[in-house]
Amino acid sequence: MTTALSRTILICSGKGGVGKTTLTANLGIALAKQGASTAVLDADFGLRNLDLLLGLENRIVYTAQEVLAESCRLEQALVKHKQEPKLSLLPAGNPRMLEWLTPDDMKKIVGMLEERFEFVLIDCPAGIEDGFKNAAAAAKEALVVTTPEVSAVRDADRVIGLLQTRDIQPIQLVLNRVRPKMMVNQEMLAVSDVTDILALPLVGLVLEDEQVIVSTNRGEPLTLNGSRSPAGLAYTNVARRLRGEDVPIIDPSKESQGFRARLSRLMQTKIF
Amino acid sequence: MTLRDFIDRLLGRQTASATTARQRLQLVLAHDRSDLNPELLEQMRREILEVVSRYVEIDLEEVDVSLETEERVTALVANLPIKRARPTPLEAAEAKPDPESKAEAATDTPTDTATASA
Repeated sequence: MTTALSRTILICSGKGGVGKTTLTANLGIALAKQGASTAVLDADFGLRNLDLLLGLENRIVYTAQEVLAESCRLEQALVKHKQEPKLSLLPAGNPRMLEWLTPDDMKKIVGMLEERFEFVLIDCPAGIEDGFKNAAAAAKEALVVTTPEVSAVRDADRVIGLLQTRDIQPIQLVLNRVRPKMMVNQEMLAVSDVTDILALPLVGLVLEDEQVIVSTNRGEPLTLNGSRSPAGLAYTNVARRLRGEDVPIIDPSKESQGFRARLSRLMQTKIF
Repeated sequence: MTLRDFIDRLLGRQTASATTARQRLQLVLAHDRSDLNPELLEQMRREILEVVSRYVEIDLEEVDVSLETEERVTALVANLPIKRARPTPLEAAEAKPDPESKAEAATDTPTDTATASA
């Protein structure tokens, strides 16, 4: 496999808690299931959680830090997923060591991953400080995750501005935790509000889904067992779109049916 | 405006919170993106008026300088209605767009509107 074929995608949001790590875990599994060898790199080494969402927390021995220090080989540090062996996790570092990673370290480790994997997904820490700068150093593309809330959209906007100065292309949007009922009642920003404001193409729309919490409890991403839950389907579709498939994005207003929903849709008609 | 907003307005009810959210976001993002705080914007507004006032008399009551954002591009939009051109430009020190200079201005000339985008 050559480096030219590899795609390195940063998954970021600015604001914390909007679903970066959940997206990274589900997308990693979905890509692997679709046959693409994939590495997920947890760049949030201070507060790493990707291992937990993937159910790999007990299998981490080494991190990228030991690889860079040449105290182990990359293959030893990569944690292969048991059920989905095309997916490997590499934690960037150890929570006890907070000050070793530099943008150059990041480029080096990502370069090594690009030689072995078709997709390298980088789970970015929240914020726009050093952690973000390190994580973004080696990224070629980006997925910006946001929810339809003012604070998340505002922070996403800051991050998009920073990504654009770094020539990261394409930058695509994943709108997470959408509540169709609230959207139809205009008590939540509409999909078009968010895409218009951020001016990014939408690559995923994920409905609020309790199954996400259940899957997190178990350490088994929804995409792992082919869950038909709304969020599981949405994550699988993001993976398909990333691989070039043309999959239509769902219309959240169609997700809530019945007379009330029809009336609410009528009320949304633009009159002037 | 949507049908719901319209009915809400007719009944004097609060607008839907999504509309409020959109408006608040657009405003805050225009400032975030330009990295200008309200004081800096006000200072810039005064200085722009000072420069423009050297060349033309401006209707200070109608002046509007604001940031507008569309498609991630933020523009400084200044709407400066012109009362009349000055026959000779004033020196930098003389041009003060204060109420006194407005009082002496004749209002018989038609008002033009200059819109500048930056």
